[in-house]
Amino acid sequence: MNNDLNFKKLRIFLTGVGGQGTLLASRVLGEAGLEAGFAPLVSETHGMAQRGGIVVSTVVLGEVKSPIISPGEADVLLGFEALETFRALKYCHDRSLVIANTAAVAPYPVAIGQAQYPPVASLLQLMGEHVGGLLAFDAGDLARQAGSALAVNMVLLGALAATSYLPFSQEDLLHILRTRTNPKFLEANLKAFQAGVDAAQDSRYWLRRPASWH
Amino acid sequence: MSELLTDRPGERRLFLGNEAIVRGALEAGVALVATYPGTPASEIGDRCYEISRQTDLYFEYSVNEKVALEVAAGAAASGWRSLCSMKHVGLNVAADTLMTLAYVGVKAGLVIVSADDPSLFSSQNEQDNRYYAKMAGIPMLEPSSPQEAKEMAKAAFKLSEDLQLPVLLRTTTRINHTRGAVTLGELAPYPGPGFFPKEPFQKVMVPMVARQGHVRLLEAQARAADQAEISGFNRISGQGTWGIVTSGVSSSYVEDAVAELGLQDRMRLLKLGFTHPLPVNLITKFLASLERLLVVEELEPYLEESLRAIAQAQGLTLPIQGKSPALFSRLYEYHPALVRRVTARYFGVPDKVTEPPDPAAVLGQPLPDRPPNLCPGCPHRAMYYSVKIALKDLGLEGVFPTDIGCYTLGLLPPLSMADFLICMGSSINTAAGISRATEQKVVAFIGDSTFFHAGLPGLVNAVHQNHDFLLVILDNGTTAMTGHQPHPGVSLTPPGYPCEHVPLKRVVKALGVEKLWVVNPFKYQETLAATKEAVSATGVRVLISEAPCHLHVHRLQGKKSKARFRVTDQCQDCRHCLDYFGCPAMQLSDKPEEGRMLIDTDVCTGCAFCVQWCEAIRPVKPGSK
Repeated sequence: MNNDLNFKKLRIFLTGVGGQGTLLASRVLGEAGLEAGFAPLVSETHGMAQRGGIVVSTVVLGEVKSPIISPGEADVLLGFEALETFRALKYCHDRSLVIANTAAVAPYPVAIGQAQYPPVASLLQLMGEHVGGLLAFDAGDLARQAGSALAVNMVLLGALAATSYLPFSQEDLLHILRTRTNPKFLEANLKAFQAGVDAAQDSRYWLRRPASWH
Repeated sequence: MSELLTDRPGERRLFLGNEAIVRGALEAGVALVATYPGTPASEIGDRCYEISRQTDLYFEYSVNEKVALEVAAGAAASGWRSLCSMKHVGLNVAADTLMTLAYVGVKAGLVIVSADDPSLFSSQNEQDNRYYAKMAGIPMLEPSSPQEAKEMAKAAFKLSEDLQLPVLLRTTTRINHTRGAVTLGELAPYPGPGFFPKEPFQKVMVPMVARQGHVRLLEAQARAADQAEISGFNRISGQGTWGIVTSGVSSSYVEDAVAELGLQDRMRLLKLGFTHPLPVNLITKFLASLERLLVVEELEPYLEESLRAIAQAQGLTLPIQGKSPALFSRLYEYHPALVRRVTARYFGVPDKVTEPPDPAAVLGQPLPDRPPNLCPGCPHRAMYYSVKIALKDLGLEGVFPTDIGCYTLGLLPPLSMADFLICMGSSINTAAGISRATEQKVVAFIGDSTFFHAGLPGLVNAVHQNHDFLLVILDNGTTAMTGHQPHPGVSLTPPGYPCEHVPLKRVVKALGVEKLWVVNPFKYQETLAATKEAVSATGVRVLISEAPCHLHVHRLQGKKSKARFRVTDQCQDCRHCLDYFGCPAMQLSDKPEEGRMLIDTDVCTGCAFCVQWCEAIRPVKPGSK
């Protein structure tokens, strides 16, 4: 938990592809922010963009009125898919924390051989050179092990909660999961969340440690 | 129970802007809501539908926006507070009503939500609907946050009643689709039955009545201008001799920019929320205190032009700028750093400029695109495939006027089944024009919901004029693109949906169409044969492609086909499936030496369409992988 009394603002950028649960993840962060006494703003993509395209959402907390995040101004990037995480590098600055799912979802031009998916390892390496911290692991795999392939969002939330970036605690997020999400998936979601927490403790996954990390 | 009905005044909830508008309307005692779905306004209707199942609220998904506004106008004339919501281009459809409704006026409050879409996230244009308020002469409010959206929705009903005019609540996508903290107020009780007072010489717009209606409208506008002067939605803050005038979501970017540039002691802000009529006296006083002014508003220079006119009338000569090549664009939505950068440039103060990394430059090559695509198992793709093959077999090249819905994605290769699109319903009438002017084979596409919305007059016209084209109605039983809302011809309805079913086939026949085919697009041979007949015939022909939206069936009924398919080693690697069909479940093996296609069984929905035309595709036996 971030006990920093100087907390001013936090801008979180979430990106993924349709069906990965970015909207629920951003909503959970927003609800936790609300319970913690902030006036969070959560901006969502709806409509045409969801048909197999890129789904982006943003969460801002603290002394900031704008609901969206400009290029170069995201403090945290939560990346649900490797290529989309890399595409969102333009929203990062040199102190941004990136939490990246290494699993790839081939876009259609790649699937039909009209374009090449860049090697995930090089995407991660290049990304690490431009941001402040990079935590990368196969969140899809952890979600499946937790009992639901759809719980990638919970794994990533768990990993983020285990860092010191959020102005509220892991328990605050868990409280939102217990009270505000579908009870049918709660058990798998809690397991997936814990898998994310554990992943963030695993030094193998930190491709770049943030300077402030301790 | 809908969360929007939470009866705990003072509590804070995280509401989408659209939900905040619904909550504001409920706190104002709205009794009727009518809408036609359209991004970014759709959730207003969807939440109201849920609430109408749980309370006395009357709600309808009207057949189009003009219908919705007229239903609301009738109810408001009868004493029911009424809400009518639509996307920006929906107001074009309802514009005929709006212009004269302003003469007729209202009895109870009538609030029209217009959700504009800067950056065209899901629209065919980015028109600025603030000009509608000016053109119709009605008051307009523009919220800058979900909380303000709730307050304005509530206040708009009272304003509407005070002035006896409909009020435009004009939002943009960023307000509709942002969640923010909203403080709940008191819910209002159901008003009971209304009553329509007979005043024909005020409400029947024949010329002699309408001449007086225009007089009343101008009088009401003068009272509206007085209201604008004292409205709490127009706020001045800060100090100094530099100034910014802004409205809507831009005002949040401006507030952040002023704080981040450290200009709090040098900058005065006028944040306008009541933006038609404008508060001329307030603006005059504000301008008179300044040396220079920047106007920050997305899209058109609506405020800027008015501010210049006010300054001119008052003999004020300070520089007023907004839209210019060096400052703000009329294109697309703004963002915080853009507003900060332009503010710094205009006032000549330093900005902390950080150039964000460019992913393509970092990678040293362009990133693969991720275009949206029709879903696996989508009936539209199956129908498009049959039309492509029918034309190929007949040695014809078709021209494809299309319409607005998921099927517009047929634009993209490999389908490439869209050549001309303007707006809702344009497929049918542009097909008429193209087929008259050329000797080309014209096949037009329209969805079922769009057909009911704007297709009926065009089809009647085509029959009457004896035009020559094939219209394919892609009937997937719902309004899929905007989130599966029902429409009159709907075959799949949400639980408890109370409305009558109006079968599409009977409507088409009743409009005078004699050459009609109805197919299940997943039955390939039958569909192909019918399509060839229909393409080859002359005059107005209609082919209805009838199969429900796969996503909707899955969500509504929880049904999931167990069938899956795979590519066997019979595959000759001809790539016909990629060149003509393009299902997202089909991909090239990432082991090029194997050189053949794969079907991703996690993505395949088991629609069993491809197996009917490719011998190398076979069912996966149950139990095997």
